[in-house]
Amino acid sequence: MSILIDKDTQVICQGFTGKQGTFHSQQALDYGTQLVGGVTPERGGETHLGLPVFNTVAEAVTTTGASASVIYVPPFYAADAILEAVDAGIQLIVCITEGIPILQMLRVKAAMAGTGALLVGPNCPGVITPGACKIGIMPGKIHQPGCIGIVSRSGTLTYESVHQTTAQGLGQSTCVGIGGDPVHGMNFVDVLRRFQADEQTQGIVMVGEIGGGEEEDAADYIKAHVTKPVVAYIAGQTAPAGKRMGHAGAIVTGGKGTAAGKIAALRAAGIEVVASPTDIGVAMKGAFLRE
Amino acid sequence: MNIHEYQAKHLFQHYGIPVPVGQWAHSAEQIRAAAENLGGASWVVKAQVHAGGRGKAGGVKLAKTADELVAYGRAMLGTRLVTAQTDAVGLPVHSVLVEKTYPIKRELYLSLLLDRASERLVFIASAAGGMDIETVAHDTPEQLISVKIHPAAGLQGHQCRKLAYALGLHGSQHKALAAIMQGLYDLFLAKDASQIEINPLIETDSGELIALDAKINFDDNALGLHPDILALKDPAQEDDKENEAQQFGLNYITLDGTIGCMVNGAGLAMATMDLVKLKGGAPANFLDVGGGTDVEKVCEAFKLILSDGKVKAVLVNIFGGIVKCDVIAEGILAAIQQVHVSVPVVVRLEGTNVEQGRALLSNTGLNLYAAEDLAHAAEQAVALATQ
Repeated sequence: MSILIDKDTQVICQGFTGKQGTFHSQQALDYGTQLVGGVTPERGGETHLGLPVFNTVAEAVTTTGASASVIYVPPFYAADAILEAVDAGIQLIVCITEGIPILQMLRVKAAMAGTGALLVGPNCPGVITPGACKIGIMPGKIHQPGCIGIVSRSGTLTYESVHQTTAQGLGQSTCVGIGGDPVHGMNFVDVLRRFQADEQTQGIVMVGEIGGGEEEDAADYIKAHVTKPVVAYIAGQTAPAGKRMGHAGAIVTGGKGTAAGKIAALRAAGIEVVASPTDIGVAMKGAFLRE
Repeated sequence: MNIHEYQAKHLFQHYGIPVPVGQWAHSAEQIRAAAENLGGASWVVKAQVHAGGRGKAGGVKLAKTADELVAYGRAMLGTRLVTAQTDAVGLPVHSVLVEKTYPIKRELYLSLLLDRASERLVFIASAAGGMDIETVAHDTPEQLISVKIHPAAGLQGHQCRKLAYALGLHGSQHKALAAIMQGLYDLFLAKDASQIEINPLIETDSGELIALDAKINFDDNALGLHPDILALKDPAQEDDKENEAQQFGLNYITLDGTIGCMVNGAGLAMATMDLVKLKGGAPANFLDVGGGTDVEKVCEAFKLILSDGKVKAVLVNIFGGIVKCDVIAEGILAAIQQVHVSVPVVVRLEGTNVEQGRALLSNTGLNLYAAEDLAHAAEQAVALATQ
């Protein structure tokens, strides 16, 4: 098995008829994802990419039985879209949108507390279980079904990790991009817990970056609860303090959230941290050979 | 986005937060006029730049006469102020703020910011104001008190009281602090701030609380909702190339090395910088052309990198996912021919249609190297930059 999604996961798309929604929905369909419809207000009743369009998420859920949703709506409408999905009983919400105001995400997270819905992102590439289900903007072709779980704050570094673990013949169980925003849904620990419990996942790649303290939390969690081999990489060792490095959450403030601090915390917990982003796949393979 | 102190104080006034009586000035004449308008026996003149540490750098001066005030102000205007928080070039002083002075009994600290771990806004206060708060946090963390605010409940009276007692305030000062905290909270929410800091918040001899300094940062993601805030932007306080990059939707940050980096995706861009360092070089910049980049962006990115005279070699690192490598390769070729690149360019392409992409870049007769993989690309770029 994989985590979060599999070949039977039924998915709807919010912002279905927009440019991004259309392009990536077609890619998902080509990959074999069970995309069963989409939502665009005022376009209900139409057919798009051969699938039904609904006015509301509630209608889409009632009609299709979908349990997951992917969001491609513009940033100032995305908080509303996430909470609409929560209200409609969607269990897994993947928000790709970049640029959502932080205060809106604070309110979204507070409103989601206790609902049981899972949020991945925002500002993330999405979630993929290779060969089964692709929810998001990642290129499907580079993936290969296999045994490595990948969790990352960065999109392109997730692709890099996928490429390297594929090249080593390991493949991936599930890849989760948790996103580059300071306030977001699932964090490293939420994903690590699921990888540890998942039979298909034999090893874990964790890609962090500067800013915040989630890598440090992950180090504590791995030390206490994870028995599978973990290879970590932290981006931003040369990033200047006080500057936002592309991602809204990638910033060192007040001497906190440095790459050096995160690497030290991970190594202190006995986790292998590679210095070069090109060594992720080799190190993962090496960890298996040692076992 | 940052704004100037005088702009922040205007916003404070609007939200009922007491600030010193003052006047903004651009010239010696305006500084003299400010002294006359404000009256009193002494004034302070403060250089308006987007950086802290102004006092120690000579950007804040106390004057007892109007002549002295004008002399100090004139010495600041038109210069660049170098503080502990700026680079060696410093920031241009185009204006100053002239303020009345107040008899200071105590200097306190108050700020409101996002606590990422708890996903709450948090007020942080300290009786050790006027100092670098990071030093206080490091050396004497017990001097910092904080309260976290639930977004649904909002700021509560007991939270204001907790800080008032901890700061040793008495009587009517409790109400005054609560009004300042509510003003800060309302301002933060209304304008999508990301951090507001008052350092110092002074207690005067007569017991008044006044925000002697004001620093506000805004959430870049929300600027589209606040044209009034966006209008306060002062591009002169920011790096020219970073301003230019913003116009093309590129994330660019100037660094001081010799290897220009062009990468798609923020994480991969940081990783590429790290790799350059690991191979013995130094990156000239951070540049993210976007996860799904296009030919036009690649072209603009090249122009930006090459406008930095320090650049001795360019390292292009693109993981073509949705965007195909051959399309990127064509974009790179077009850009190189268009902007007459004189330094060597090392290109690492990976992902969709990588073979076609590499083939396009090989044997072009240009100063172009198609690298086999990322590690080699970084090594090659470092070697070429140090030749």
